[in-house]
Amino acid sequence: MTTTSVAAPPPVETLEPKSKPRPRGGPGSIVKYLLALIFLIIVLMPLYVLIVTSFKSGSDIGVTSQWNLPETWTLASWEKAWNVLRPSFIRTFELAVPVAIISSLIGAANGFVLSRWRFPGADLVFTLILFGMFIPYQAVMIPLREIITTLGIPPGITTLVFVHCVYGIPICTLIFRNYYATTVPEELIEAARVDGAGLLRTFARIILPISMPGFVVTVIWQFTSAWNDYLFAIFLSNTRNGPITIALNALAGAQSPDYAASMAGALITSLPTLLVYVLLGRWFIGGLMAGSVKS
Amino acid sequence: MRRLRHWGPGLLLLSPSLILLAVFVYGLIAWTTKVSVSDEHNALGSKGFVGLENYTRLFTDDINDRFTHSLKNLLLFTVVFLVGAMFFGLLWAFILERGIRAEGFFRTVYLFPMAVSFVASGVVWRWLMNPNQGENAGGLNAVLGGLGLDFAQSTWWTNPTWGMASMAIPAIWQLAGYVMALFLAGFRGIPAELREAAAMDGASTYRLYRNVIFPQLTPVALSALIILGHMSMKMFDLIMSVSGPQWLTEVPAIYVWQTLLTSDYAKAAAISIILLLLVAVVIVPYLIYTNRQEKTS
Repeated sequence: MTTTSVAAPPPVETLEPKSKPRPRGGPGSIVKYLLALIFLIIVLMPLYVLIVTSFKSGSDIGVTSQWNLPETWTLASWEKAWNVLRPSFIRTFELAVPVAIISSLIGAANGFVLSRWRFPGADLVFTLILFGMFIPYQAVMIPLREIITTLGIPPGITTLVFVHCVYGIPICTLIFRNYYATTVPEELIEAARVDGAGLLRTFARIILPISMPGFVVTVIWQFTSAWNDYLFAIFLSNTRNGPITIALNALAGAQSPDYAASMAGALITSLPTLLVYVLLGRWFIGGLMAGSVKS
Repeated sequence: MRRLRHWGPGLLLLSPSLILLAVFVYGLIAWTTKVSVSDEHNALGSKGFVGLENYTRLFTDDINDRFTHSLKNLLLFTVVFLVGAMFFGLLWAFILERGIRAEGFFRTVYLFPMAVSFVASGVVWRWLMNPNQGENAGGLNAVLGGLGLDFAQSTWWTNPTWGMASMAIPAIWQLAGYVMALFLAGFRGIPAELREAAAMDGASTYRLYRNVIFPQLTPVALSALIILGHMSMKMFDLIMSVSGPQWLTEVPAIYVWQTLLTSDYAKAAAISIILLLLVAVVIVPYLIYTNRQEKTS
């Protein structure tokens, strides 16, 4: 999503304890579990409200009954939200999938050059590239809109694919640079060079086959950021041609919003990224860590 | 010549990206800067150069001191957000690091808000921070009432003085897990020998953490602070989604958007550049520092 910072995508398992945790008994341990549980409940509270409200209807939906379970469970709000969001839901896939693939390929090529096929001044160039992921995009938005009109890029998803690919270059380059720097031995490249292999051949034959973990991290990262993006979306698209965040905001931000439909809509909007997180959590975290630039 | 043949192809492969970033990052920043010193206050275009006038007017001549108000909002939000996210992140990492059953499960739950967009979570937080109190309380106020903490019930972000502090609550909820992940990686990166050595010396748990473990985590804490700090300055989605654009919760990132809606390009550009400078003050030294560290390691 919106996170950006600069540390190596550490070998993805860094969060795992090195030795099996040694849960011990005693009073300190009870406090520990109690705290862990309380925080668990607090973190899940908003999710609870989202879920129960999305199944409510009519007078069941109200501020004072927010925490209650639905009197009668109904899917009506899910249907309503889905009907409103469906076109943008599909458009967001058309946005996030190409962005994930294109950005990753660019990132792999750049990361390889900056880690294992370096040129004089590569570190300075890398730092200049990285700066691009921290800028507040408002600082480029005014001329960006002009350029996109001038270039004749169709508004909506096409524009957003282009923009996410461009501004995704820094993070993807960073992830692959750190990945190659830690997994590809310099000697391997030297050996290939001695054998007369050029840049592209080395990249295609030696590097790409071992790049899968890097690709998984960048694909997830870029998919999630494109899916969750709101800033570019609101500046460069509208409810008719934009992604789901715009449509959700229109649904939930109306003067007298339908709370149940809004909550169902928020859940529909979050499902793809949550699914990615639950199924591929390890790599999702890899991207997060990479987000924090240092190596 | 031979050396060029050696690294030339690499530079060539990198060049499309370099050109794109040169244009779309540095070029457009320069362009925005140019707009910010012009008098392009409407869709008719610019008649000329006005120097720093647009900047000085933001500080001295803005209606109701709107810009300084947005900066104050940003400051309050940032302080509460940073303190809150760092505190809970470190605490969670500490709890998990001490060894706990089903650690993976707790970790997954603590971190899950990161996978959700601010726009989606804003939908529910807007409702949880409903200002109704007492009998009519809902959301957080109802929870506080239920716990017998009625005095703590709040009008949340609708409070004109402290509202922005409440706006930090959803941001903390969303990012404390991220800080936890950073710290947990930090804890786990500390060599076991270091702990063993301290244990051999008979150090108490308190001294172990105080003198051995926490000092090792300083770089992690610095990274976390800088990442959160720069995110905080750019905060846009969350506020747009929780309160919508409005005076009470306006920050510079939103002020830019509101100004663009009135086609006052010069003013919007000036605010954007100030925002960029705020972020750069935090990020540039960090990038230089990281770059140096990498060379020495």
